Amino acid sequence: MFIYTVRRLIQTIPVMIGVTLVVFLMMHLIPGDPAQIIAGESANEQQVEQTRERLGLNDPLPVQYGTFVGNAVTGDLGNSIRSGRAVTDEIGARFWVTVELAFYSTLLSIFIGLIAGIVSATRRNSPLDMIIMITALFGLSMPNFWLGLMLIQYFALNIEWLPVSGWGTPQSIILPVITLGTAGAAIIARMTRSSMLEVIHQDYIRTARAKGVKERYVVYKHALRNALIPVVTVVGLQFGVLLGGAVLTETVFAINGLGRLVVEAIGQRDFPIVQGAVLILALMFVFVNFIVDISYRFLNKRIDLD
Amino acid sequence: MAETTVNVSTEEKKRVNPQMENFKNVWRKLRQNYLAMAGGILIVLFMIIAIIGPWITTGDPLAPNVADRLEGPSSQYWFGTDHHGRDIFTRIIHGMSITLYIGFLSVFVGMIFGVVFGIVSGYYGGRIDAVIMRTMDVLLAFPGILLALGIVAVLGGSINNVIIAISIFSIPVFARIVRGSTLSVRKLEYVDAVRALGASDFRIIFRHILPNIMSPIIVQATLRIATAVLTASGLSFLGLGAQPPTPEWGAMLAAGRNYMWEHPHIALFPGLAIVLVVLAFNLFGDGVRDALDPKLKS
Repeated sequence: MFIYTVRRLIQTIPVMIGVTLVVFLMMHLIPGDPAQIIAGESANEQQVEQTRERLGLNDPLPVQYGTFVGNAVTGDLGNSIRSGRAVTDEIGARFWVTVELAFYSTLLSIFIGLIAGIVSATRRNSPLDMIIMITALFGLSMPNFWLGLMLIQYFALNIEWLPVSGWGTPQSIILPVITLGTAGAAIIARMTRSSMLEVIHQDYIRTARAKGVKERYVVYKHALRNALIPVVTVVGLQFGVLLGGAVLTETVFAINGLGRLVVEAIGQRDFPIVQGAVLILALMFVFVNFIVDISYRFLNKRIDLD
Repeated sequence: MAETTVNVSTEEKKRVNPQMENFKNVWRKLRQNYLAMAGGILIVLFMIIAIIGPWITTGDPLAPNVADRLEGPSSQYWFGTDHHGRDIFTRIIHGMSITLYIGFLSVFVGMIFGVVFGIVSGYYGGRIDAVIMRTMDVLLAFPGILLALGIVAVLGGSINNVIIAISIFSIPVFARIVRGSTLSVRKLEYVDAVRALGASDFRIIFRHILPNIMSPIIVQATLRIATAVLTASGLSFLGLGAQPPTPEWGAMLAAGRNYMWEHPHIALFPGLAIVLVVLAFNLFGDGVRDALDPKLKS
């Protein structure tokens, strides 16, 4: 297990190098002169030249990349063009908001998804199963920003139960979490159902039933345990999707998280911020996937991923 | 002699038959699946709307009509009017072709690149496989919409850039699936047999491997269109895709946001349009998967 963890950790290195490379190149792929962009559109030639010199933009690309990674490791992602503050400061303040949002939404989607999936699988082809599966399909097909708008319309404006926007108070997190968690719940419900159905048809379940084990015990002790293994992978992937989806949810609910920061920064052409935030979100996703793989391995000792 | 010729041709027909049978089989299963058929019929209906819709709606989707702004649904304006007084129904009909265009084209381009990368990776293995798959891992490391967002941030917001972004965003998904299938097919005896007969790599890949891994590609492509439509509308909603006054649904939601609190119909109908299109592709994709993959058929 330890060896596997180390090996899996080593595997993330090329991905991390790739991610930093892509984020680094972003700045150079933008049409126009990076120095001009960073110095601001109104900057004169001398200022642009100073910026170029200060940021080492005259160096060859590989050297620049080395500097970029070196700085990033020590927590220096450059400065915001608009505010002049360090990118890490701008991000740091909002990082936990997005993590919280994604975390609560993941919890909600696991909770609802698992219950719905188990109910569906155990009452297969019943009207309840069909209702759940069609609801899940709708949940999967809905743009989360639109769901958010509709929830605000009803719960915040029509019946005035919950606040329209913001983050922090218990009431204010309800709608964003539902907005972001719905698609995940749908995916997990579908995954749990099909995984349970697959397991239920296996011999050892039939054996357990034949031995006279109570149905409830068969479902929860024997079937669910094994059915959950593929679900774990989906949950991990889902957390990543939610980090991305937070961009839209945060915009709809005016939440000051990382996602909204990215969108605002794109609008203002504040590329160091875009770079930094995208880098942090991607690295976080790599980390989450690493954790998921480890727990997958832990849950399922039968498979050998080597 | 004549008899032999006849025999040969029936022989040949028989050899083609399994594929034909397979297709008929899949079609039969698909037809029995009401939800999938509903999805398929909706998709056809949407395509018809996209093509002839603009000809049969009377209003101009772009011209403002201040006198009738923000009117609720009525017999004259089925879905009401927006803040410029434009008929929302007309705009949604005109937006259909944009949505389908983005969905189909971006997935098609992503699929082509993904399939090529996946097959090359799985077939040749070794270093080229490592390079391609690590690159795909990097692309997959950007969660959800973020990769598309980053690409559009660099290229600028427009429908074509959204297509480029979503194509790139779809490549790794196809590449991974195709690589996996190629690996499992490549080891089969018949591939060794054709190779022994002297077939070139190109011929083996296109004649013998690709036809046998089409199922997962088709399933993925159908489901991927749903994702592409959602992603594209999201980008436009953020102001990074189609720009106003284009009647793209996500852009319509973004533009109507400031008015929707008092006039909910502005946000209701474009959103419903997105849900319906995505739902249709999801329904159809699920059905195709069940029909093509007997393992999952319950």
